[in-house]
Amino acid sequence: MAKGEIVLGCLAPHPPHVVYAENPEQNEPFAEGGWEALRWGYHRLARKLKTIDYDCIVTLTPHWQTYVGTHFLGLERFQNISVDPIFPNLFRFHHDIEVDVELSEMMCEAAAEAGIVTKMMRNPDFRVDYGTIVSCHMMNPDWDKPVVTISSNRSTHYYSNEVMNDQATALGEAVLKAIEESGKKVVLVASHSLSHRHFVTEAPLPEDMSREHIYNHSQYVWDMKAIDMMRKGEMRELIDILPEMIEQTMAEAEGGGLTWMMAAMGMPDYPAEIYGYQSVIGTGNAIAAWDPNETTREIVL
Amino acid sequence: MSEDPEIVMGLYVPPHPHPLLAPDQNEGWGRLRDAFDVCRQRIEESDADLILIYSTTWPSIVGHQIQAHPKPVFTHVDDDFHFLGSMPYEFSMDTEYANEFKDACEARGLQSRTVAYDGFPIDTGSVVALKLLNPDNRIPACIVSSNVYSNRAEQIVLGKAARDAMSKLGRKAVVVVVASLSNRMFTEYIDPSEDRIHSPKDDEWNRKILEFFSDGRLEDISQLSREIQGQVRVSKVVAYKPAWWMASTMGQHNNYDGEVLAYEALHGAGGAVIQLTPSVGSIGDKEFDEDDVEYYHGDRDVLGQGAI
Repeated sequence: MAKGEIVLGCLAPHPPHVVYAENPEQNEPFAEGGWEALRWGYHRLARKLKTIDYDCIVTLTPHWQTYVGTHFLGLERFQNISVDPIFPNLFRFHHDIEVDVELSEMMCEAAAEAGIVTKMMRNPDFRVDYGTIVSCHMMNPDWDKPVVTISSNRSTHYYSNEVMNDQATALGEAVLKAIEESGKKVVLVASHSLSHRHFVTEAPLPEDMSREHIYNHSQYVWDMKAIDMMRKGEMRELIDILPEMIEQTMAEAEGGGLTWMMAAMGMPDYPAEIYGYQSVIGTGNAIAAWDPNETTREIVL
Repeated sequence: MSEDPEIVMGLYVPPHPHPLLAPDQNEGWGRLRDAFDVCRQRIEESDADLILIYSTTWPSIVGHQIQAHPKPVFTHVDDDFHFLGSMPYEFSMDTEYANEFKDACEARGLQSRTVAYDGFPIDTGSVVALKLLNPDNRIPACIVSSNVYSNRAEQIVLGKAARDAMSKLGRKAVVVVVASLSNRMFTEYIDPSEDRIHSPKDDEWNRKILEFFSDGRLEDISQLSREIQGQVRVSKVVAYKPAWWMASTMGQHNNYDGEVLAYEALHGAGGAVIQLTPSVGSIGDKEFDEDDVEYYHGDRDVLGQGAI
């Protein structure tokens, strides 16, 4: 069996607004559009994904928050309705998700061998979080590939951003080991935004783009700094300063997604593909991808 | 301001699913369950016609969300403790109160909205509280979220808005706060029989807080909220908000008969079932020197005031 590999890593933010604005048949509310800079970026990334041979999408999501260890989805299928607890007016999504349980178990086992507290989630009534659903839907609206969801251990809350970085790094290295042993080709997804301060009010028409802007300039400057480092392939350096960025901007990377993905990919020193940046209810959202294949790597924006 | 509403009792209960799903796995979890059962019986014997829940496990961002679905039905599973089992529920909500509460929030300057969607994910803490305190839906309920960005002023005003709505509709309410005391859990799996409070420091602070509750000193606990947050609360959110909200909703005083029905560890966190019954005679030694906010006017724009 050939060694498995990571064929793409994606920073894929999950504001439910982008699914809402797409009006897919699975989502109940209707929108007049909105957040095009993000959605068009996602469309471009989804087209690239169609050209890549892969078996599974593995997502680490900050909306499955666990304090006791790191958890992995452990059942083959989840059919349900996902209603966003924060924006239920925008996101009531009927989903039918297939899970690669074999790969999920291998990742869980590899993480446990690395000393990480782990748990397989096998309750059939469990509701898959909307972070997973939004990121996966925008990247693969056909839902024709199985997924694995990994929970976000809240080590930032219990310890510090630095401890989060260390633990997410260990998890990323363990996940890489499992992927290589599986023989599968995997797309990794860090499902989160960059700066993450929200407005606490919402426009009467949520997709009214005249109301949309970043929460403050400080958040914007940090976001641009992060994106610039991604462009330059300075991921080791970005992960090193991530604790400071989280502290300053409430960055959603606090959940470990970016650190985990970069660790699994060996801290890329090649340029990321940037697909878009836009604020959603004040938060800073960038879509970026790391393509290990030099021949298919692009300058998108 | 409106006339004082009739608060039948206040309850402070833990959010973890163990007393509901696994009371037999640990004696302490069983004692918490017994305490829930005592409270259920007391609610049944009261003439309350509303159970109002403030849940720290329902975070919101766009203002304060209020559950208004008349009959929410779903099966809930906890993110961490999914292996303990599922929590199917069907609740009866007081939609009229929810709408009035929302209007009262807006009248006091708060951003607020009701939610009434099939499949809306009611949080673990609210599900546990309602299933144990009101299993037959004898009394209509209402749930309000905990806004992640809100601080003291908003919580105080939110409590006053809850009172406004009670007064206007003439509701006799049981006020329920769903929150831990110390909230640091063990980050590893433990044998249920070996559960204990995470640290002696957490235990010591919990017992001091319980001493205040026993004496009915709710407003004093509210005044100590920031200190409690710094000492025994994991910094998941900016403040220990439930004390502010509960004290405000119940009238901002120390005139209660307090009873701690149980105090136990829940995977390391401090879980207590406490009853406060309005009484007469106040004790305490705290200076109440923070503003008693009546209307919320938003952020003070401190950064903008000093800008060059």
